[in-house]
Amino acid sequence: MTTSGTSRKPAARRRSARPDRKAWTFLGPFLAVYVFAMILPICYAIYQSLLKVERSGPLGLGKPSVTFAGLDNYALALEQTTFLEGFGRVLLFGAVQVPVMLLLALTLALLLDQVKDRWAGLLRATYFLPYGIPGVIATLLWGFLYVPGISPVNDVLGKLGVQPDFLGYDNILWSIANIVVWEFAGYNMLIIVAQLKSIPQELYEAARIDGAGPWQTAWRIKLPLVRPALTLTCVFSIIGTMQLFAEPLVLKRLAPAVTNDYTPNLSAYFDAFANANVYLAAAKSVLLAVVAMVLSFGFLSLIGRKRKDDR
Amino acid sequence: MRTPRPGRILLVAFLALAAGYFLLPVYWLIIAATKSNEDLYGSFGLWFDNPRLWHNLSQIFTYNGHIYPRWALNSLFYAGAGAVLATLLSAAAGFALAKYRFRGREAVFKCVLAGVLLPSTALALPLYLLFNKIGLTNTYWGVLIPSIVSPFGVYLCRIYAESAISDNLLEAARVDGAGEERIFFTLVLRLMSPALVTVFLFQFVHIWNNYFLPLVMLSDDRKYPITLGLVTWKEAADRAPELTQYTVGGAFVSVIPLAVAMLVLQRYWRTGLTEGSVKE
Repeated sequence: MTTSGTSRKPAARRRSARPDRKAWTFLGPFLAVYVFAMILPICYAIYQSLLKVERSGPLGLGKPSVTFAGLDNYALALEQTTFLEGFGRVLLFGAVQVPVMLLLALTLALLLDQVKDRWAGLLRATYFLPYGIPGVIATLLWGFLYVPGISPVNDVLGKLGVQPDFLGYDNILWSIANIVVWEFAGYNMLIIVAQLKSIPQELYEAARIDGAGPWQTAWRIKLPLVRPALTLTCVFSIIGTMQLFAEPLVLKRLAPAVTNDYTPNLSAYFDAFANANVYLAAAKSVLLAVVAMVLSFGFLSLIGRKRKDDR
Repeated sequence: MRTPRPGRILLVAFLALAAGYFLLPVYWLIIAATKSNEDLYGSFGLWFDNPRLWHNLSQIFTYNGHIYPRWALNSLFYAGAGAVLATLLSAAAGFALAKYRFRGREAVFKCVLAGVLLPSTALALPLYLLFNKIGLTNTYWGVLIPSIVSPFGVYLCRIYAESAISDNLLEAARVDGAGEERIFFTLVLRLMSPALVTVFLFQFVHIWNNYFLPLVMLSDDRKYPITLGLVTWKEAADRAPELTQYTVGGAFVSVIPLAVAMLVLQRYWRTGLTEGSVKE
């Protein structure tokens, strides 16, 4: 900033040095908010997670005071069977829901490649539409489609002699999975479609001349070339799964199977707002963030290593 | 383009079935929004029965001192202002990371990438704890400030700026005597516009769809966005049954404009992500 008003000559001589210093002017606003709204909260949450409330006096009825707790909150969180079960639940959920969703997205993307442009555009938009509907509203909608008495799905299936129990203890996890697939399959499809479009047409030409049918072209050429897009969508899906929150929270009223500890995120939320233990909630948030980052970094490095081996 | 006939039929059938799946809840919503609260339970869900859409809508809009339109405006404000600011910040940061050489550049970029991988709802509680400490909870700022950070936007902008803005052009502008700020606002923003549209749309939808952050930040229902408001209506429906219909109608009103925007803007969603993924 200080050099901008100086005379032309020295500025011209130092041309290569001067503009680079301006980088911080452009980075500044973003970095300031980034530090304030991302790094600082994390540091504060880590700090909070190391505290606890201690009550002095007999029977713990004295004045409460906040003291340093070390890793007590983490130990407490990891001793809660229900919290760990929540982690297990989202992992199971992710292990089923992410592959199903990505397979659907990939299939739709590859099939749309076989359709006339006009129709492909309309269908693509149709599949993508749920992405614009907020998760909680999607959950409200599917909730209505799950509840007996209001749901036309139950009506139709009932006429066929089937009595589905979408909100029952055994099915609720997969009813939630259905909502998440519905919301994000089209979005992931679009990422894959974008990558397909970037494949040069000559490649298809060459494959056709070599006598490859549409199946072979899809399997041998398109699939390997959309792998970066699949990696990207997979990482985002893993992150999304770990933070499962709004869908179970909204369905909680309809399905008693959804407990306060149904997912790690719910567990942290109820600790903070229902049990008034923000320190334990902070520890759980930190644990969740760490697990999510380890999983997505782990997946990325796994893919990276595999690619190196392939070469 | 000519596949064997049975395959063709299967292809069309599968695509049509998928379309049915994705449209079912929206179709149900359109039908349900026209019904009275009793018909919602008493009639078949996939067809009209005594449609009275205008009656329903006027009730929804006036209920509880016009709270619904207020929620809609709040949502528009959070998503609109948040996305514009996030796009500007991302553009400036992405441009700086792509086109200047300076110490700490890679460190900053790695930091941004880590931000991309950080789950945003795992951040909501920590944000609440911090903002509660400094008195920003239950304010518009509490929702707006976290919404203007988009590490993914910075990442996209950097990758796009690297290929879309030539060093020669920047050098030429500098020789002509343009300052860096002027170059950015007149030249760079224009050249980056395809990426900026993508960043804007993503951030808009991200904020519009966000639930956890406003849920923990806000306690005054006059500051709620639509998502939060509709869930409170749904939860209060145990006591006031007509709120079930209001929830349905409110969802209808909020979904339709976004659905239309999705269909119209669909082609803009392509560009940005390809830049990101192809160059991996």
